[in-house]
Amino acid sequence: MTHWLQRTALAGLMALTPLVALADETPVKGATIVVTYKDDIATLDPAIGYDWQNWSMIKSLFSRLMEYTPGTADLVPSLAESFEITPDGLTYTFKLRKGVKFSNGREVVASDVKYSIERAVNPKTQGPGAGFFGAIAGFEDLSGGKAEGLSGIETPDDGTVIFKLSRPDATFLHVLAINFASIVPKEVVEAEGQDFGKKPVGSGAFVLKEWVIGQRLVFEKNPSFYVADTPKIDGFTVEVGQEPLVALLRLQQGEVDIAGDGIPPAKFLEIKNGPDAADIIVDGEQLQTGYVAINTRVKPLDNVKVRQALNMAVNKERITRIVNGRATPANQPLPPLMPGYDKDFKGYAYDIEKAKALLAEAGFPDGFETALYASSTDPNPRIAQALQQDFAAIGVKAEIKALANANVIAAGGTEGEAPMIWSGGMAWIADFPDPSNFYGPILGCAGAVQGGWNWSWYCNKDLDARAIEADSMSDPAKKDERAKLWGSVFTDLMADAPWIPVFNERRVVAKSKRMGGPGNIYIDPTRVINYDAIYVKQ
Amino acid sequence: MIELILRRLGGALMILFGVAAITFVLLYALPADPAVQLAGRSATAQTVANIRHELGLDQPLIVQFIHYLGNLVQGDLGRSYTQKTEVMTLILARLPATLILMVSGILVEVAIGLTLGTVAALNRGGFVDRLVMTVSFVGVSAPQFVVALLLLYVFAATLQWFPMSGFGTFSHVVLPALTLGVLGAGWYARMVRSAMIDVLNQDYVRTARAKGVAERAVILRHAVPNALLPIVAMIGIDIGQFMGGVVVVEAVYGWPGIGQLAWQAIQQVDIPIIMGVTLISSLAIVIGNLVADLVAPLIDPRIRAR
Repeated sequence: MTHWLQRTALAGLMALTPLVALADETPVKGATIVVTYKDDIATLDPAIGYDWQNWSMIKSLFSRLMEYTPGTADLVPSLAESFEITPDGLTYTFKLRKGVKFSNGREVVASDVKYSIERAVNPKTQGPGAGFFGAIAGFEDLSGGKAEGLSGIETPDDGTVIFKLSRPDATFLHVLAINFASIVPKEVVEAEGQDFGKKPVGSGAFVLKEWVIGQRLVFEKNPSFYVADTPKIDGFTVEVGQEPLVALLRLQQGEVDIAGDGIPPAKFLEIKNGPDAADIIVDGEQLQTGYVAINTRVKPLDNVKVRQALNMAVNKERITRIVNGRATPANQPLPPLMPGYDKDFKGYAYDIEKAKALLAEAGFPDGFETALYASSTDPNPRIAQALQQDFAAIGVKAEIKALANANVIAAGGTEGEAPMIWSGGMAWIADFPDPSNFYGPILGCAGAVQGGWNWSWYCNKDLDARAIEADSMSDPAKKDERAKLWGSVFTDLMADAPWIPVFNERRVVAKSKRMGGPGNIYIDPTRVINYDAIYVKQ
Repeated sequence: MIELILRRLGGALMILFGVAAITFVLLYALPADPAVQLAGRSATAQTVANIRHELGLDQPLIVQFIHYLGNLVQGDLGRSYTQKTEVMTLILARLPATLILMVSGILVEVAIGLTLGTVAALNRGGFVDRLVMTVSFVGVSAPQFVVALLLLYVFAATLQWFPMSGFGTFSHVVLPALTLGVLGAGWYARMVRSAMIDVLNQDYVRTARAKGVAERAVILRHAVPNALLPIVAMIGIDIGQFMGGVVVVEAVYGWPGIGQLAWQAIQQVDIPIIMGVTLISSLAIVIGNLVADLVAPLIDPRIRAR
């Protein structure tokens, strides 16, 4: 059974390779497509929107100084024409592209950049991404309500923006490419107030034409978008409130082009083994690691030997089968696509005898009782059960607490509350493809606070210092050295075993047969669906 | 009559206040922190604190509640945490779909229920009666999800008589209304049957029959109207229930009703939306019952509106 499943999954993957090879498809001009989601689109305000549905739409509605080449994690100047970084890594000077216009017709100028980033940081905006801009001089004053703007952003003329940083930040160019750094027109934001998220105006590849609440959003191509041959479709309609199962049926009948919620687990094998599998399933790696956070401040999990024993007790191969093989076992926090991933690192191998011996050494020869929190959405309770069985094999009795995501997150952020948490359903894609994004909030001391996301409550001052050192290496020439330093932070912390890295889950999107292009523009590492790049073939 | 309406509306206000207070306390007693939820994984503690402050969540519960009531009195339900849109706008946008589904669902269930119930009552104890009661039992117990998907698969996906999902034309409403109607009809059929049996045993029916009134007239003119009373009360309850949203049916057919809004809001701890939907549906229940009480005397003059 095992082998059969693995073979099928492999065959499926191999069947997909021609897609990436991209024969001689030509995009059809003038096409519009239909995309479905189950949930409403929350908001298209780039300073606020922060979920995986609106993330890719905001990407396509607005432009930013920096952008990624579609399907990759390669940074390129976008709204910026060029940029310079001083050797100390503290001053970034951007020259703006000329003649770029907002969809209301006004030209984008340097003061728009300053306004937009100040708005993202301003507490009144209630934006979740304010912290990303922490390196810009004057950040503390604005975020603490003591100033109205950021002293570190200067606009000597309409075509130049200068950022002065208070500390070197090697991720700064990535920061300027995330949605929170999208450029918005001040006059429209002020006129619309909180409704800007429903009536967005930007300078991206698409324009929002219509939004019928609870039903659909209609996006139209921006005819004057500054990137050549982009976008490749004339528009897309997002239909919301669509049950994934029904969306899939509609997709098979050609009514829907992309079923945004993917393929429900119950239908996966049927579709995968169906005749159209190669044409409709896009299966790609993403920057994601599913893990068990072990609370280092709860007894007896505060004992490192206990945490190591738990690491050795988990049969990760078996757990990947619960998600129909749509994942690869992991041994370190970083996913393989992330710079710094150490492919030679072995981690803790599955070894029940050794785990039992370690537990005995730690003073728990007969195991102990604890609790495992998990999201109540499928397949997470089933994964929690598999973990529970694995722990039971070394004598650890873990009671499963399957709760709504919000309650798991609350328990994780309360000191001494949740002994262990399975992250599935709550750990989302990385904000940008840089290892630092996998450390600070979820493994660093800064996240080990009330309401934080460091559910292991792990705080290692030495590693924090190394993290700061790595993030100070902003010279692009030191890229590899920096990635290596970051990688060592993650592999070294595994000695303390605050996590059980379980698997790296691949993302699955269902698309209609007429959709063309490589899989990595449907599962773009920085965008999810890259609306700028996808096209209709034939 | 007017005095009754006023008195009942006054009572409704008290009920709404109670509902608001209880929901508010329950929502804030939840361990889930909306600010943490909104801020996401990468937010700093400062960002979370800022968001909490901007939403007023750092104030004592009673202050927050008074603030909420103050806005409520002015018809302001606040803004959604996640969407930032006014809750009233979100609810109003979904109201037409909810009303259409409510009315058509009730029409279907009453039509089916009334017919089956009457037929069963007239054949009391016979084969038809037992068949109807069995069918209605199945209808009452069948899960909405199964019936909805079954109808969708047969009539939309396979036969393609109706669209699979969406909203806007008559053909869109057929399957959702049928799902609600078929499932709800069982209750009505059973209720009508027992009311009819009760009425058919009354002296005045026997008298009517004895004086030679045609059986058809006996049933339509004497029996049915008198059996309608409990049905009116049931419709009143259904109005309230359907107004609160029929989550499953809406989800399967992509019907943009209030139920979907509520369901998403609960998952996202979007307190203003949860409060708004709860209040609107409680209001609907109160109004539904009031309407039922006002209609009852029209059907049966023995009942005085009181």
